[in-house]
Formats: sequence, C-alpha cells, structure tokens
Amino acid sequence: MAILVNKLSKIIVQGITGSEGSFHAGQCLEYGQNVVGGVTPGKGGQTALDGRVPVFNTCIEARQKTGANVSLIFVPPAFAADAIMEAADAGIELIVCITEGIPVADMVEVAAFLKTTNSRLIGPNCPGLLTPDEAKVGIMPGFIAKKGRIGVISKSGTLTYEAVHQLVKVGLGQSTCVGIGGDPIIGTKMVDLLKLFEADPETDAIVMIGEIGGSMEIEAARYIKEHIRKPVVGFIAGQTAPPGRRMGHAGAIVSGADESAAAKKKIMRECGIHVVDSPAEIGVTVKSALGVQVA
Amino acid sequence: MKIHEYQAKEILKKYGVPIQDGVVIESKSEGQAAIQKVAEQFNTSQFVIKAQIHAGGRGKGGGVKFSPTAEKAIENINQILGMQLITHQTTAEGQPVNKVMVAQAIDIAKEYYVAITLDRSVGKNVIMASTEGGVEIEEVAAHSPEKIIKVWVSGSQLPAYQARKLAFGLGFEGEQFKQAVKLLTNLYRCYVETDASIAEINPLVVTEQGNLLALDGKFNFDDNALYRHPEIKGMQDLAEEDPTEVEAAKFNLNYIKLEGNVGCMVNGAGLAMATMDIIKLQGGQPANFLDVGGGANVETVKNGFRIILSDPNVKAVLINIFGGIVRCDRVANGIVQAVSELGLSVPVVVRLEGTNAELARDLLASSGVDIIPAGSLEDAAQKVVAAATR
Repeated sequence: MAILVNKLSKIIVQGITGSEGSFHAGQCLEYGQNVVGGVTPGKGGQTALDGRVPVFNTCIEARQKTGANVSLIFVPPAFAADAIMEAADAGIELIVCITEGIPVADMVEVAAFLKTTNSRLIGPNCPGLLTPDEAKVGIMPGFIAKKGRIGVISKSGTLTYEAVHQLVKVGLGQSTCVGIGGDPIIGTKMVDLLKLFEADPETDAIVMIGEIGGSMEIEAARYIKEHIRKPVVGFIAGQTAPPGRRMGHAGAIVSGADESAAAKKKIMRECGIHVVDSPAEIGVTVKSALGVQVA
Repeated sequence: MKIHEYQAKEILKKYGVPIQDGVVIESKSEGQAAIQKVAEQFNTSQFVIKAQIHAGGRGKGGGVKFSPTAEKAIENINQILGMQLITHQTTAEGQPVNKVMVAQAIDIAKEYYVAITLDRSVGKNVIMASTEGGVEIEEVAAHSPEKIIKVWVSGSQLPAYQARKLAFGLGFEGEQFKQAVKLLTNLYRCYVETDASIAEINPLVVTEQGNLLALDGKFNFDDNALYRHPEIKGMQDLAEEDPTEVEAAKFNLNYIKLEGNVGCMVNGAGLAMATMDIIKLQGGQPANFLDVGGGANVETVKNGFRIILSDPNVKAVLINIFGGIVRCDRVANGIVQAVSELGLSVPVVVRLEGTNAELARDLLASSGVDIIPAGSLEDAAQKVVAAATR
C-alpha cells in the first residue's frame, strides 16, 4: 500500500536525456525496476539508460505507449512549468518535479492550470518520493531507508535523509517518504499528505518536518488536531535563523501569522503534535510516541 | 533582488504610474545643479532629500529631510550623503548612504497604502490596499485588519471589476476614482511583467491639487526570473549587499553571516538550519549559515573554509554533510586537501553520514590531518561547541 507510489507505479522521466535526468532515472530504474520510458522533445524514437527504456517526443505519446501513471521531471527551470502542464494535459496522475529555480510567476500559472485537471503535483524544488523496497521517484538515496510503518513528510532534502537515518537507527522503517519542496508555490501541501497517511493502513505514525516561513505547518497543525488520530512528530528548522532583512512590509501582512519557528512550534504543540526542539531527537521521539500510543 | 527607491520610481513611471520625481546624485558637488534641475523641471522651490539605501525606516533614521529652501536642501544633502544611516532594518552600524534623491516636495492631502505580492497559501497574487497609508502597515494588519482591502488575482491582468472594488473600497470618487483604477491596473501589469515578488507604494498620496501619486516605491524581484529581465538585473547595487555574501554567491555557495563563533558548512538548506539550531541548543552560537548544495567537492570545501574563516569571530568549524547523491569519501578527500592546503588555525569537527560514510571516516582517520571526527548530529554539535569555548 504505502501512499502515492508503489511497485505497480509506471514512471516516465521528462528530461531523461540530460545529465541529471539520465543519472537519476538510472538510479530509479535500479531501485524499483519500474521506469518505463522518457520524454525529450526531438529525441523521440531513441532509447535511454543503455537502451533499457524508449524515449518519446511528447508525454501523451509516452503515456499511450507505456501506460505510465507517474512522471518525474528534470527539465531546466525555464522550461519546467511547461513540462508540468504537458504531463497534466497528458493525464499523468502523479507529477514529481525535482527542478530548482522555477520563476514564481510560472508556478502561479501552473497552479491555476492544475485545478482544471486530475493530476497531483509534488514539488517543485524537492527530492521526490520513496516507498522503500518498492519505488523511488526522485533523488532520495534509496539505501538509507528501510521498509516499515512511519510516514515522512518534509519541506527539505538532506534534513529528510537525517530523519530517515535516525528512524532506521532506532529500528523503525518507513511506509513512504515525501519531500514536498520549499518553494512559495508547491503542488502538494502537508495537509494533503496527512490525509493520505491517516488513511493508509500501513502507516502507524507520521514525521512532519517544516521550516520557518509560510503558514503551511500551522494549517497542518490545525488539521491534525481535528482529523489525525495517528501520532505525529514535528520539527521546525530555523529557530536560530535571522529574521529576513525584509524591505517591503507586504510579505508579513498577507497571512497575518507569525512565521517564526517558535510561533509554529507553539501552535503545533497546542494541536497535540510531539514537537522536538533538537533535530537529533526525531527518531527517538517517534519511538516513544508509538510506545505511548500502544500503552 | 532589491532595488532603490529611485529605480523603483523609474519602473513605475515607465508603466504610467505617477510618481514624486527628482534627480539622483552620488557626490555633494552635484547638489547645486541637481536642485536647479528639479526646481526648473518640476516647477518647485521646495525639496525633499531622500537617502537611497535598501533598508526601510529611512525617515525615522534621519535619512529623509524636507527642505523648504534651496539652501536648506544643500545643507541636507551634505548631511545625508555619506552618513551611516541606522534604521530598524539595518545592522547596528547602519548602512552608508552613497546616493541621495533630490525630489520635488509634494503637498499631501491624504496618504494610502497599496502593495502586491504572492499569497503562498492560495498560490495567487494578492493586492492589498488601505486608507491607513504612511504608517506602520503591520500595526494596521495586527490591530484593525478590516482596514486592509484584499483582492486575489492569478491571471496576467487585473480584472476591471477588481480594480473598481479596490478604488471604491478606498473611498475614491470622480476623477480620483478614475486615476486610482488606472494606477492599480498599471501597477499590477508592472508587477507581473517585471516578475516582481513585492511591489509596494507606501504612501500613495492624494495631493492638495487632487491627484494620485506614488511618494515612495519598493520592489523585490524573483531571483529565479532575473534571467529574463537583464535590465532589472542591471539595477543590482552590490554596495548594498554584504561583501562576503556576494563573494560566496560567485562560488554558488549560499552564505549568510551571523553573530556567533561556530562556523558551519552543511549540504542542504534545511539541514544547515537544523545544524545551526542544534549548535544553539548545545550552548553555542552559529557564526553563519552556509549551504554548499549538492556538489560538495574539493573546491567547494576550500571556498567554504575561506569564506567562513574570513569572519574573525569564528573559533571552531563544524562540517555536517549527509551524503545522498554526494559521496562522503569524495567530501572527505576534499576536506583533507583543503585543510592541508589552507593550514587551518581553528579546530574543525567533521560529521559525515550517508553514502560511503564508513570509507570516508577511515580516510579522515588515516590522513593525519588534525580534525575532530563526530558520529551523530548531537555528538558533532557538542564537540564543536566545546572546541569553540576552549
């Protein structure tokens, strides 16, 4: 089961002939044996990954010929928004965009476009997803994870690896790890994944790693209080980060919320989340939270 | 990326937004000519001298001075140009004023606030307007949020009905209503077409003559989109940025200087912030934020060291690398080479985890370089804080 991706996922990689794209597509194929093709406009008819997968000109052709339901995007930032919309238009169910540095205005357009489709976007500017022993859709190192029953949601990349590493050290594996990305506009938010993990019979507890800025963690905390029965362990990175030397005032008055780590952690605690102050205590806290749950 | 007020006004003017105009000078010797030019061009005998720095709060800090005569204007230019301007947004030492705007004085009847930015929670642009202009808008937002009118837009144009909603909401009538609708429409077009992340006019004023005009202008631009705006990229003023941060950016390193004495070098922004957090929890103070990104090799490590150690407060350094795609043995080689070439004067704690971490630890142990190896994140933080306080 897990969430979003498993061994039945059929993955295509947009930008598979680029250096990043081909390297990571190869790693994903190695891990789950479920990369079924790639897309690079103008290179249709060729093959990639040492002849192991076909390359198509368009997403729609790739989906029709391979039955793909997941697309992984490694297209340069200037063209990535277009690639996301192409995948959605082709009816791909899950689109995972790794690309960093997409202009925000492009993502405003993508966000509006996606509302007219049934596709879900993860990212951009994220490490992607990993369901241990089943599927790797992105750049997370597969070997650090172990199959198990903890769901991981994170805004960051390497800090996710740190959390997964700590879980494994205390003997806890993961159902699915999802890096949602830290950009101002992302396709899938913490609340969306909390719903999926709560409904997943193979997930017992959830780790939620946030950062300063934005109000997503606060929305998630309020949702957890009302709807999530599984234990949630949370961490907010950036309690020592300096407040941005803001120039305008507009950013601060949009949400009206305090976006500091302290403010987020306070609300998260009030909503029943097991909040850790030290990033070194994520693993042990999940273990004790599960213990409390059992007793 | 940030720009100065005078640059913001140039952009606004180009988009048909009326502004308080003036002339920018960089030396005191240009003062007389500038005053004469402003007097003739804008038919005025009164002036406002405005310090051009990126930080806000210039007025309260003494960087904006009304000058009822040309003589007073000269006096104010001489005082402001070259001063260290301290505001709540600058460092304690303040920011040197290298440019001043000699602006026409405006007779103000009423002040308003208008700004456009992204509302992350809904993924749309939000236009915010208020009749409470010229004051601390955060105070208005906190205590009387009903006085801020908001409309959300995701398209490339501001629909006319939304422009009307804002203009009526601000209480405009007749000729001023028409001016407000036009101004808001143009401001939104400007925000979209320049890939701004913030476009703020505070205050937007109605003059005694009954016309709308931008008395100030602040813009931030989306760094990711600068590639398609070379003319805006060209407005960047490196004198306003921290020199070490500018230097770091040349090597694709993301560095922010802080006040503490524990230097850190980490891969990934989230882990870098978490590393700073745990240093603080262990009783230390981080000296910097430094994200070396995905490719931590010999050159990155060397440049990272040079940048961290250019801060004389640094008493110890923590390197925390979680190798995913990055191989730890390569990072270890980089550290050995960098440490032996640079001959470091402060203790260095190294924690490598992830891909080939075992091999990396063996490499470091057998290299003979003087580093302190660490296991877990907590162990690393304890060791570096102890080393810094020794």
